[in-house]
Amino acid sequence: MALKMVKGSIDRIFDKNLQDLVRGVRSHREDEAKYISSCIDEIKQELKQDNIAVKANAVCKLTYLQMLGYDISWAAFNIVEVMSSSKFTYKRIGYLAASQCFHDGTDVIMLTTNQIRKDLSSPNQYDTGVALTGLSCFVTPDLARDLANDIMTLMSHTKPYIRKKAVLIMYKVFLKYPESLRPAFPRLKEKLDDPDPGVQSAAVNVICELARRNPRNYLSLAPLFFKLMTSSTNNWVLIKIIKLFGALTPLEPRLGKKLIEPLTNLIHSTSAMSLLYECVNTVIAVLISLSSGMPNHSASIQVLYTHTHRLFLKYLGLLAMSKILKTHPKSVQSHKDLVLQCLDDKDESIRLRALDLLYGMVSKKNLMEIVKKLMVHVDKAEGTTYRDELLTKIIDICSQSNYQYITNFEWYISILVELTRLEGTRHGHLIASQMLDVAVRVKAIRGFAVVQMATLLDNTTLLAGSGQHKSICEVLYAAAWICGEFSEHLEDPVHTLEAMLRPKVATLPGHIQAIYIQNAAKLFAAVLNGQQGTPDCQTMQESSQLLIDRLPLFVQSADLEVQERASCILQLVKFIQKLQHKEVEVGEEVTALFAGELNPVAPKAQKKVPVPDGLDLDAWINEPPSESESEDEKPVAVFAEEELRHARPHHTEVDEKELARRREARKQEQANNPFYIKASPTSQKDSTGVEHIPVVQIDLSVPLKVPGMSTSDKYLKLEEERRQRERKERGKKEKKKKKKREKRSGMGRRHDSGPESEEDIAPAHMVDIVTEEMPENALSSDDDEKDPNDPYRALDVDLDKPLADSEKLPVRAHRPTNILKSPADDGEVQEVPKEPKKKSKKEKRDKEEERKVRLLWLRCPNGEIQCTCTKSSKHKKKKQKKDKEKEEKKRKKQHGHSGDREGEESVQNGTLEEEPLPVCDIQGNLQNGSQVVVSIIFENKSTSFLKSMEFNVLDSLNSKLQRPEGSGPHDGLTVPFQLPPGVSNEARFIFSVQSIVMPQRLKGTLTFIVKADDSSTHEKLDFKLHFTCSSYLITTPCYSDTFAKLLESADLKGTSVRLQEVSLPFHHLLAKICFHHHFSVVERIDSCASLYSRSIQGHHVCLLVKYAHQTVTIDAKCDESSLLGNVLEEIKKTFSQS
Amino acid sequence: MIKAILIFNNHGKPRLIRFYQYFAEDMQQQIIRETFHLVSKRDDNVCNFLEGGSLIGGSDYKLIYRHYATLYFVFCVDSSESELGILDLIQVSTIYIFMTVFVETLDKCFENVCELDLIFHMDKVHYILQEVVMGGMVLETNMNEIVAQVELQNRMEKSEGGLSAAPARAVSAVKNMNLPEIPRNINIGDINIKVPNLSPF
Repeated sequence: MALKMVKGSIDRIFDKNLQDLVRGVRSHREDEAKYISSCIDEIKQELKQDNIAVKANAVCKLTYLQMLGYDISWAAFNIVEVMSSSKFTYKRIGYLAASQCFHDGTDVIMLTTNQIRKDLSSPNQYDTGVALTGLSCFVTPDLARDLANDIMTLMSHTKPYIRKKAVLIMYKVFLKYPESLRPAFPRLKEKLDDPDPGVQSAAVNVICELARRNPRNYLSLAPLFFKLMTSSTNNWVLIKIIKLFGALTPLEPRLGKKLIEPLTNLIHSTSAMSLLYECVNTVIAVLISLSSGMPNHSASIQVLYTHTHRLFLKYLGLLAMSKILKTHPKSVQSHKDLVLQCLDDKDESIRLRALDLLYGMVSKKNLMEIVKKLMVHVDKAEGTTYRDELLTKIIDICSQSNYQYITNFEWYISILVELTRLEGTRHGHLIASQMLDVAVRVKAIRGFAVVQMATLLDNTTLLAGSGQHKSICEVLYAAAWICGEFSEHLEDPVHTLEAMLRPKVATLPGHIQAIYIQNAAKLFAAVLNGQQGTPDCQTMQESSQLLIDRLPLFVQSADLEVQERASCILQLVKFIQKLQHKEVEVGEEVTALFAGELNPVAPKAQKKVPVPDGLDLDAWINEPPSESESEDEKPVAVFAEEELRHARPHHTEVDEKELARRREARKQEQANNPFYIKASPTSQKDSTGVEHIPVVQIDLSVPLKVPGMSTSDKYLKLEEERRQRERKERGKKEKKKKKKREKRSGMGRRHDSGPESEEDIAPAHMVDIVTEEMPENALSSDDDEKDPNDPYRALDVDLDKPLADSEKLPVRAHRPTNILKSPADDGEVQEVPKEPKKKSKKEKRDKEEERKVRLLWLRCPNGEIQCTCTKSSKHKKKKQKKDKEKEEKKRKKQHGHSGDREGEESVQNGTLEEEPLPVCDIQGNLQNGSQVVVSIIFENKSTSFLKSMEFNVLDSLNSKLQRPEGSGPHDGLTVPFQLPPGVSNEARFIFSVQSIVMPQRLKGTLTFIVKADDSSTHEKLDFKLHFTCSSYLITTPCYSDTFAKLLESADLKGTSVRLQEVSLPFHHLLAKICFHHHFSVVERIDSCASLYSRSIQGHHVCLLVKYAHQTVTIDAKCDESSLLGNVLEEIKKTFSQS
Repeated sequence: MIKAILIFNNHGKPRLIRFYQYFAEDMQQQIIRETFHLVSKRDDNVCNFLEGGSLIGGSDYKLIYRHYATLYFVFCVDSSESELGILDLIQVSTIYIFMTVFVETLDKCFENVCELDLIFHMDKVHYILQEVVMGGMVLETNMNEIVAQVELQNRMEKSEGGLSAAPARAVSAVKNMNLPEIPRNINIGDINIKVPNLSPF
């Protein structure tokens, strides 16, 4: 063995370490992948070795490879092995690797629970620290639940280094396991007063992070933070607090008044730019929240701009202005020029920020001007990303709050048309939807829009661009639809019809072609209708001939939708032509095909249809079909159909056969249909690839003007003229009578002649913005916006409400913590000999009840030992372990029913149940084979102060409490803290154990002084510590080949045990054994598994568990037969109790 | 909250990546590429904040970065972190990373500290970072405290290594001897650390 060790360490010298790997990767630049794959093979070999140093080295290299993008999740189990090494060096490597690659889906994480727990309670603060750091990166809901309590204990650790980390990690725990927030919050609050600045800062950090999401719950902490703000000198803490106040002031305006002064002081005194900025930011928030008149923001804005020479402050200044803007747009609007100037900045971040600001700064008055400037920037902009950003911003700005600021829609349509000339934009869809939206909702503009769209359709430039930049053709979709739908406004429908059926159209994407064809049919109907009554039927025949000539091209289309529509319409037209030859008037019939008015439907309308009483949407109407294929489609189709029927009655008469084919088409249509005008933008196409598309720069010297198309600039001038005219006329009007005016300026007259104000600007059109339709008695719900999956929502809890018992953190231990609630036993109190006075018994009893010190359960990473403490030494009852699975499932219920359970157990054991004090856990000390560490939480449930606690245990021959040098064998150990009422704290005691083959019970006493207001009394509590054999076992991972070797060796003695009537599923059973008795699963095949564990003194314990027909057979081997016997006995007990 | 910390060089090669939210490895690489793409095309004299990383987070998240000589230090943070505060932090952590790696490498007779030190001691840089940021939250901003804790842990590692690690250390020292051949004419921007005049060994 020794030889092997030496050999191992010599081998290790020549192993490749991290530096060698890095060097190797650097020297194999050409065939890096090949080199790395050979390295991974090497690493795999190293991981198979027993030597932990080799493994750690391999894991370290894997961490490096992970950075290069190699998946290392296959080594997760080895990482766990390295994590469980007793040496800090290796442990650190293991945890680092784990924190880089573990996540919620990593299955081995559940194996780590005990290991982490052990590390958390390790006597070495860096073991604990490294475990906390690792845990912070891969904490899962399960880990959070299991470890919440251990971490909470660590929050009052003696070392600030640990406290600080424990406090910080609590935030992660809260996120994963929100139930822990309320129980942990009081302690978190305490940490705000921690003497160590690091801990304090961590606590501030966590609370600020919590408060950011749900500020209302943290208002009560404001005074505390206020004190901190005035006393703290740590910039980081100050920044956090000031940020927090920024979030709190909108909720509590009184706070704002108080804040102004200290904040101004800080602004003047601090030299740290970061702090200064945050102060200004919060001052702004405060000023906003103060509703008292209009405070002068220019002061604070001035502060921001005194520093504009610092580039990043310019950025942050803009950021801050956007905050002011939300509430006081006017005070920012005066800085319009400055913001526009920022658009010229060469820094893209600043430009984008400025754009954001502009969004809020527009008014009816300046919209045209601002948009014009933006259009100039669009032309100048380099790079598609920024140009697209500008484009979306222009549309956002114009369309915001239901086109509130647009006074002239003709202008807006021309802007949209101009935007279509942008090359390579990927927002064609956006422009298209705007066009549709405006045309559908603003009735007055339809005529103009149709003319513009017809020109667009006529113009071939867009068609030409369709090859590479598909997005912009979406505009044609809108154009075709508008022309078709509002064809009555067309000047020359036949010409447009011709334009829509050009062969080149066939190069467009399928869904656009489909729209083209459908609308060609509409146009055709319009042409027929228009020619009705005129004797000359040549136009009609020409147009039907045109359709018949051109449509066959589309009938051959590869796109189903196009093909279907084309053939449909072709047949229709052929039929019409026949009728025409017979000189039958068909115009009206054809028009009837497309009759009906369109109304916009609100995007949420469908969702808001109230469910009628007695309708269960989840119930099957018919028996569920056996075929799963149609299942997915059916419900969707049902709804879609209904909706269409609502809007367009003629769609209902669809041939049954076609229905199935049309479903798909309908879905497609739905996505692009104007009924859904405000549906979420679907244009989020691949954004990463855009950069690589070659961008054709527009040469500006020759502006691309689409012939015959209006330009938006014209409208700017027109608008100005119009306004001037209006103003003049208004002046005249006082003297003269009303004149007949141009239709455009007829609206919105005002009879006062003061300076033109915002309201004076009359819209140029009869702006009839059709409101979106909502279903009748729609459910009004405000929570539409809230995302039910928001992790922060769960943390929105009332923190000031007192803790209910059911909210205690779940404990791995075995008894609900509210045992004390079980009725006190009369007899017992009478028997207590130490009761000093003999007053009224009842009174005494009550008092007694209050003074209980509770030895709380404790969770240790390693083992547990049972300890019962009873008030009277006469009645002892051994604790029962609870099965972990059960605990998980019934966690909530358990607390509620704990009283009942208690009763049952008592009866079962035939003893009277006294206030048995909960269990503490005991762990073997890895470093020292003969030591166990017992951690106990003391909780003061009484209302008096407890002090001078002494912990003493009657040593047995085998187990001794380790006392400081120089003290006698019967002296107690002083517990190093005092307990104010309601406080709990943890203490650790070390026991030395000689033989671990037998379970042990140690009697002990805890003495303490109860300090009441006037007097103090000495009290005593007896308890028992139960060291089970399982608690000497340490979960150790083991390889199947090593395991096989172990079994083969002759040293191990075997025995077996049978458990009858075990009704648990097999994996629960295994989990239970692993959990309670510290085994790890080596291998599992069906209902058979091998388990391994090691005692602190190095005994190997191997189990083979078989499960069949509710009977479990455990064959066990161990080099110490009595230890094995006892462990098996304990396992048996575990299952008999469950 | 900090969502990710990335250190990569002028060519986009990652030198240290630390995600505080899970992303699969290929996604991580994509994020690095995207971030590098965003950051590298910016001048050195524009501001240190950047929005628009589409892969991480979204609108609530910002990239705050600093460019030191051959390396970019990028923090991806949400709005609860102070933009300038993070810059301070980058300052703290980078100075510290440079310093410790520097002092360590002095032992190995290096003349100047640079990117190479980060390349070869990725694990150590991680350990240092763990003392500054934990689980996406700022743990400590006091440099002295950070230094003290890291030193203590390193000392512990040395003492654990004891005799058995000595030969391995010797071998790796020999291996490292070749290193200075790689060009290392890189200065660390505005961090000037006075080099104590220590004799190698």
